[in-house]
Amino acid sequence: MAFGPFLLLALMEGLVTAAVLALTALGLSLVFGVMRVVNVAHGAFFMLGAVGAWFVTEWVGNPPALGFALALVICPLAVGAIAALANGLVLKRLNYDPEATIVATIGLLYIFQQMALTLYGPDARPVPAPFSFRVQLPWFGYSGYKLAVIGAAAVVLAGVWLVLNRSKIGLVMRATQIDREMAQAFGINVDRVYAGVFAMGAGLAAVAAVLIVPIQQAHYLMGGDPLLLSFIVVIIGGLGSLRGTLVAALLIGLSDGVISVFFSPTLAKIIATLLVALVLVFRPQGLFGRQVTR
Amino acid sequence: MLKISDLCAGYGGAQVLHDLNLDVRPAEILCVMGRNGAGKTTLLRAIMGQLARQSGHIILDGTDIQTLPAHQVPRLGIGYVPQGRRLFGELTVAENMEIGLQTRGRGAVTRDRVLQLFPRLRDRLGQISQTLSGGEQQMLAIARALCLEPKILLLDEPSEGLQPSMIRLIGDTVRALRQTGVAIVLVEQRVAPVLAVADRVAFIERGTCAEICDATDLNTNAPQFQRYVGV
Ligand SMILES: Nc1ncnc2c1ncn2[C@@H]1O[C@H](COP(=O)(O)OP(=O)(O)OP(=O)(O)O)[C@@H](O)[C@H]1O
Ligand SMILES: [Mg+2]
Repeated sequence: MAFGPFLLLALMEGLVTAAVLALTALGLSLVFGVMRVVNVAHGAFFMLGAVGAWFVTEWVGNPPALGFALALVICPLAVGAIAALANGLVLKRLNYDPEATIVATIGLLYIFQQMALTLYGPDARPVPAPFSFRVQLPWFGYSGYKLAVIGAAAVVLAGVWLVLNRSKIGLVMRATQIDREMAQAFGINVDRVYAGVFAMGAGLAAVAAVLIVPIQQAHYLMGGDPLLLSFIVVIIGGLGSLRGTLVAALLIGLSDGVISVFFSPTLAKIIATLLVALVLVFRPQGLFGRQVTR
Repeated sequence: MLKISDLCAGYGGAQVLHDLNLDVRPAEILCVMGRNGAGKTTLLRAIMGQLARQSGHIILDGTDIQTLPAHQVPRLGIGYVPQGRRLFGELTVAENMEIGLQTRGRGAVTRDRVLQLFPRLRDRLGQISQTLSGGEQQMLAIARALCLEPKILLLDEPSEGLQPSMIRLIGDTVRALRQTGVAIVLVEQRVAPVLAVADRVAFIERGTCAEICDATDLNTNAPQFQRYVGV
C-alpha cells in the first residue's frame, strides 16, 4: 500500500481509539470536575460494561444486532446504578474527602474485578458485532462497524454537551462544581447531584466499553489501559474541561493510531506518557483547564 | 417567625456559638453587630444548615430547620447573601439567578420583579458574573437570593468594600423588601448604615447574643457600639 492510503488507514484506526477514549475520559473528567473525586475504579466500570455486554448478547443470542442494541441500553444503566450504589455506600460516607476516596476507589476496583472473575471467569470472550459490512474505499476496505463507533461516540458526546450546557440539570451540575456549599444554600440537593454525576461518569465508560467490545473482547482485567489513557487525556486536556478532554482524546487517539501503525504500539504509549510529563511540567492545569481554586 | 434558642454550633471540635438566643420578627430589619470573629457568619451558616448540628433549636414557622438537610432550608424561604458574595463566578448573571429560580419562586414573575430592583443587571444578563464590578456582584448576590422569594433574607456584610452610594442602594433595597413583608437579618459593622435601616440591633459577643436593643433607643454615641463593636 502507498504511503497516503496507509496514513489514512492509521488515522481512521486512531479516530476509533479517540472516539472511545473521549467517552471514557469524559466520564472520569466529569467525576473529578464536579465531585473532586479521583476515581481509580473508572476502568473497572469500563470492564463491567464490556462484560455486561457479553452477558446480554449471550442471553439474547440471535440476531446479534438485537442483543447488541439491548446491551447498549442496559449496560450503561446497570453500571450507572452500580456506581450510584457505590457512591452512596462508600464515597458519601467518606464525605468525598479527596485522599480517602482515592484509596476507596482502589478498593472498589478490586471488588469489581474479583466479582467479574467469579461470575464471568478468566477468559477473554468476543462479542459479535451487530453488523459486519465493509466500506470499500479506493485503496482498502474498512470495517463499517468501526465507522459506526465513531458516529455513535460523536452522538453521545454531543448529547453530553447539550445536557451540560443547555439543560437545567447541567446548570445545577455546574453550580455544584463551582461551589458545593452555595449550591446547597440555594436548594440544590448536592447528594443527588453527586450520585447522578458518578452514575453518569460510570455510564459513559460503559457505553465506550460496549462500543469497543466487538473489536476488543471482554476480559476481567481489561480496565487497566482505558484507565491509564483516560488519566493521560484528562491531565493533558485539563481536569473538568469538556473541550480539553475532546481535544486531548483526539490528540492521543490519533497519535496512538499513527505511531502504532508505522512504528509500534509501545512507542505510542511511551510518547503519550512523555506528553503527560511535558504538560505537567509546563502547564499543570492542562491545555484547557483553569486553575483549580477552592 | 424565626426563633433561635440555646444554639451551640461550630466547626469540627471547635465550638463557636454558645447557647445563643435570638428571634426574628416578621417584616423587621434586625441588624447583627459584633467584633471580627464574634461568630456572626457562623450564626448565619448555622441557620443555613451548613454546620454539623450540635445542640439547640432553630425554629422557622414551627419547623425545626436544624433537623433538615441543608438544601431544604432555602426551600422553606430563607435567602442567603454570604460574606464575600460567593457568586457562581463562571456562570452568567442570568444563570446565577436561574439557580435561585429553579428552587423556589414564581419563575418569570419573580425574575422580572428582581430585575426591576436592580436594572443594571438586566443589561448584563449574559455576562460572566466574575467579570462584574464589585458593586454589580453584590447586587447579583442579593438578586440571586431574592429569586427564592424569601420570607427571610440573611445578608452578611453586604457593604464590605463598596462606595457610599452602593451602601445606600442596599439600604433602600432592604427597606423596600421590608415593605413587602420580608424579614431581614443584616450583619453590618458600621454604625451609620445600621442606624439608617435597623428596627432592632443584636450584639454578638464571643458566640452569644449579649444584648438586643430597639434601634430607637440607640444613637451614634450609644455605649453598646463602644462595648461590642469597639468604635
Ligand atoms: N471553617 C472554619 N473552621 C474553623 N473555625 C472557623 C471556621 N470559620 C470560622 N471559624 C472560627 O469561628 C470564629 C467565628 O468566626 P465568624 O466567621 O463567624 O466571625 P464573624 O463574626 O463573621 O467575623 P467577621 O466580622 O470577621 O466576619 C472565629 O474564631 C473563626 O476563626
Ligand atoms: Mg463574618
